[in-house]
Amino acid sequence: MSEAIDIPAVMLRSTGLNNRAWTLLAALTGALVIASVAMAAVLLGGFGIDADFTTRLAPPSLSRWFGTDQLGHDMLARTIHGLNVSLWVGLIAATISVLIATLLALFATTCGRWADALVSFLIDAAMGLPHLVLLILISFALGGGTAAVIIAVAVTHWPRLTRILRAEILQLRHADFIIVSRRMGKSWAYIGYHHFLPHLWPQLLVGLVLLFPHAILHEAALTFIGFGLEPSKPAIGVLLSDSMRYLMAGKWWLGLFPGLCLLMLVLCFDAIGNGLRLLADPRQEQL
Amino acid sequence: MIHWLALIATRLLRLALVLAAVAVVGFALAKLSPVDPINAYLGADMVRVGPEQRALIAEKWGLDLPAQVQFGKWLGSLLSGDLGYSMTYNAPVAEVLAARFKTSLPLLGLAWLFAGLIGFVLGVLAGAFPGTWIDRITRLYCYVLASAPTFWFAILLLMVFSVGLGWTPICCAGPIGVLPQDVTPWQFLQHLILPLLALIVLGVAQIALHTRAKMVEIMQSDYALYARAQGASRMEIALRHGARNAALPAITVLFASLGELFGGSVLAEQVFAYPGLGSATVAAGIKGDVPLLLALALFLTLFVFTGNAIADLLYRVIDPRLHGEVAR
Repeated sequence: MSEAIDIPAVMLRSTGLNNRAWTLLAALTGALVIASVAMAAVLLGGFGIDADFTTRLAPPSLSRWFGTDQLGHDMLARTIHGLNVSLWVGLIAATISVLIATLLALFATTCGRWADALVSFLIDAAMGLPHLVLLILISFALGGGTAAVIIAVAVTHWPRLTRILRAEILQLRHADFIIVSRRMGKSWAYIGYHHFLPHLWPQLLVGLVLLFPHAILHEAALTFIGFGLEPSKPAIGVLLSDSMRYLMAGKWWLGLFPGLCLLMLVLCFDAIGNGLRLLADPRQEQL
Repeated sequence: MIHWLALIATRLLRLALVLAAVAVVGFALAKLSPVDPINAYLGADMVRVGPEQRALIAEKWGLDLPAQVQFGKWLGSLLSGDLGYSMTYNAPVAEVLAARFKTSLPLLGLAWLFAGLIGFVLGVLAGAFPGTWIDRITRLYCYVLASAPTFWFAILLLMVFSVGLGWTPICCAGPIGVLPQDVTPWQFLQHLILPLLALIVLGVAQIALHTRAKMVEIMQSDYALYARAQGASRMEIALRHGARNAALPAITVLFASLGELFGGSVLAEQVFAYPGLGSATVAAGIKGDVPLLLALALFLTLFVFTGNAIADLLYRVIDPRLHGEVAR
């Protein structure tokens, strides 16, 4: 409301590390966890993918922390493989989404009024359907499978980021250096590439990291309801939909651990995203 | 008055455009699909049907016509009120939609209402007393649950309450073998409670976080400071000034989140085998039931759009500063 009187935010912690240090520490931890998941998946190799019928449906124990499934797979190894699959799907999908969002935002702000109207309409139309239903439609169109999921997740996550970037650039358009650049006869295309884009880097990086959780969760959801990755792949969605079949038999560990690990992975990405945002724009995140 | 009419007119125009876009894109996507509609229809009978019969079916359904002619025909019958025939449920699409919506409505409606109320109360309290235990618990709860996969949480609920404790039934919207019209309200409630709980617990997070951020801002405002100088306690300021001012953005978020709510209900209905719109969407997609899938897409677009439009109009009705301002 009043920007003249800047009342300091309530101090949350009077002793020890401050808010900023905590956020960065959390981000670092998150990055470490994600890196170790990716490493572990490589180190495990075929363990957890090859069946072992001597130990079927064993409950969690000291030697097998997460228990085993109906084919004797070690669930910990399987979960790590699943998380690794999620990471790759998330990486590809989030990168493509950020690319689309950047191009659309630049297009909307540098190619005139009709371009802006067109992009706004695209955003409206894409957000007009519940996201999951749009994902189902696209996966259906592509016939399901890994590629279908990646494409579906990649081409549906841009609207929100596009909106943010567009608003950012619109604000930037009134900055002095842009006006000067315009007066010096530079084209909008030149300004878009040489001024807007460098300015957006921090936003893009944060956007990329914060898109990961959405992409990963949507991939898992699509796979869970049966549109996604092949049932033979150790994806988290597959593990969880398998666990549904043994639910009545009381095999609780099949469902609990993979989901819990997925949640941890998502929280790690959130932590990294918050840390990056803090580094990129220290004025935010003060509350 | 003129302003309002213009506002509603632009909204309707935009709705028509979005619906048209969804119809075109949806139809194109369905045509693109490698799922053969004849195979999807025949199912296991596929092997017993010869190429001549296939050609007959294709001719009867108009599948031999070019795509744009098919689209025209579909659009024409759509506009005359005929949504087509669902192969999955062996009934006209309109009937399936109506029946499913009737089952989904209590689930969606109650989840929406409770998530909104609980989230708002939590957000107001957390925002009024930042840094206290209630704030910390609320934020922890929201950050963790906003990231939890809906279907996993639903599975956990099933494990604990249906399998472990045996308090609630394992699936569906009524006891197995009982016709939908014979289910007593008590039985229905018993079957509703778990999916409802899953949607509420997960739906609270967004609205609570949003309200909290708004409340923190309000508590630092000049009028809150003034009220404080007059001797009002923090709680009084929170209730008299905070809650009122925070209600508006909360309502907007709540109406604008209908799409997400539906997304959650797709997953929850899938886990609990609850026969609502969500599970119909999944079934239509998996079985290649194109008329049903497209009708659902259009219906849901209307649903989400209505939510957004209500949010927008309410904003203008409640906030006197925005009275009659035309949409940008």
